[in-house]
Amino acid sequence: MRPAFSIIFLTTLIGAGQGLFLVLYATEMLHLEAAPSFYLTGGILVLLSCLLGLLASFFHLGHPSRSWRAIHMWRTSWLSREVLALMAFIGSAALYLVAHWMEMDAAWVVGSVAAAFSVALFVCTGMVYAAIKVMKEWATPLTVVNFLLMGCASGATLASALAAVSTPSLASPLARVAALLTLLALLGRLTSLRRNARLKPDTTLQSALGIRHPRIAQKAQGAMGGTFNTREFFHGKSPDFLRLIKPAFLLLAFLVPLLLLAPGPSLPALSGLAFVLQYCGLLAERWFFFAEARHPQNLYYQTIS
Amino acid sequence: MTQLALVIDLNVCVGCHACVTSCKQWNTSGSAGPLLDDRPYATDPSGTFFNRVQTFEVGDFPKTQTVHFPKSCLHCEDPPCVPVCPTGASYKRKEDGIVLVDYDKCIGCKYCAWACPYGVREFDEHRKVMTKCTLCVDRIYDASLPETERKPSCVLACPAGARIFGDVHDPESEASQAISLNAGYTLMPECGTKPANHYLPRRNTKLTIRADQLLRSDNPLKTDLPENPPASTEDFTT
Repeated sequence: MRPAFSIIFLTTLIGAGQGLFLVLYATEMLHLEAAPSFYLTGGILVLLSCLLGLLASFFHLGHPSRSWRAIHMWRTSWLSREVLALMAFIGSAALYLVAHWMEMDAAWVVGSVAAAFSVALFVCTGMVYAAIKVMKEWATPLTVVNFLLMGCASGATLASALAAVSTPSLASPLARVAALLTLLALLGRLTSLRRNARLKPDTTLQSALGIRHPRIAQKAQGAMGGTFNTREFFHGKSPDFLRLIKPAFLLLAFLVPLLLLAPGPSLPALSGLAFVLQYCGLLAERWFFFAEARHPQNLYYQTIS
Repeated sequence: MTQLALVIDLNVCVGCHACVTSCKQWNTSGSAGPLLDDRPYATDPSGTFFNRVQTFEVGDFPKTQTVHFPKSCLHCEDPPCVPVCPTGASYKRKEDGIVLVDYDKCIGCKYCAWACPYGVREFDEHRKVMTKCTLCVDRIYDASLPETERKPSCVLACPAGARIFGDVHDPESEASQAISLNAGYTLMPECGTKPANHYLPRRNTKLTIRADQLLRSDNPLKTDLPENPPASTEDFTT
């Protein structure tokens, strides 16, 4: 698949926002000492990342002005459910921010609702990909688990950077939580990489054409120039580039943040650096997530002529 | 329940692309507006087509077969593109089983194209909506046309008669008969999409002639009596 930057930004930004929110909520529920500014700045960052993600998603659409229609088929479409869950999460997270700003005691009630929407949004975002049966690299529960773990890891890293500024006593424990989540996310992603490397496609050129012969070679694909089919479903990068980006994202999104966070960073800047590196790594991870998925339609587009 | 579909005979298709051009001509002239056709005479042309003919070579030289393979929306009975559409723009008609896109509802998210394993949906970069074969829904019911012309444009254009249009749920239809008599098959059955369009395989037409037949007045080779009639059975492949 050709990775679309609008979707790469959407999924990484809202993932970090949802993860950050879950950490804020957990901090409150565990009655940990935190300055009010931790919740206020955190809440603003949650909204900012989700709204930026939403903005990025509009660039993916041919008709953004009709995007309100996207909630119509929630009974069958995970994309529709994702849109609804994102709206519900942004709305309830905004209420949570207001409740904290007004120092209301019932903030945790709103927080519980928003936390539920956050988890629901992770499931919906993962299922948008996991529900496409023909894309075997995606069609696994691991997709949902990994979206959840990577979102929570980047959110927790952001939370530890935030705590380093507003509530230094929280910075170290949150950094350890972030390190643990990053480790879990790494394990999840390695599992899916291992699974995908061993995948054997169900669909072959033989079943795509209905011709049972081991030797079939394409001689023409019906068009001399590029088509939607040659643009949308091929990433267009060399195998070397793919080999390079895999260790790059494993290093940036997981290993380097793990090393920076695990000791409990002594300097606030280290958590911030860890988040920036991890976010860049997750952008590369998401790029690879799309690029590694091989669409069966590509069997029909092997040779131009 | 009616399920309109195409049956494409790979044994007959000669790869002339007449179905491709007639499809483009009909569908670019419709009320939905022209199909994208960028830089048609430049080095990098690009356009939207609902139907394409691809060519494959099967086997090793010199034992090869050239297979021309027309490819368009298969109007699946369980279309994976329909439930994933977030707006309901992609739908399957109950009355005749045609899978269509409502261009006024499509937001152009391309999710349906991802779900379709066949790559037969093409996003129109000018209209910014997903497009696909409509089985010429705007002509097969057009009562102002003579009844013989109420067929998809590609079917009418095919000079070899490789395309049959009809109801594949009606066992008496020409399409169903062609499928059952010629071992018609569907593409990628493992995907569980149950395509309505069928393909008829390449087949060898064999005529077995026995030696005594050549001596009779209805000699199938229409030749005079051979001086030395063949002693054994021989196959004549056409």
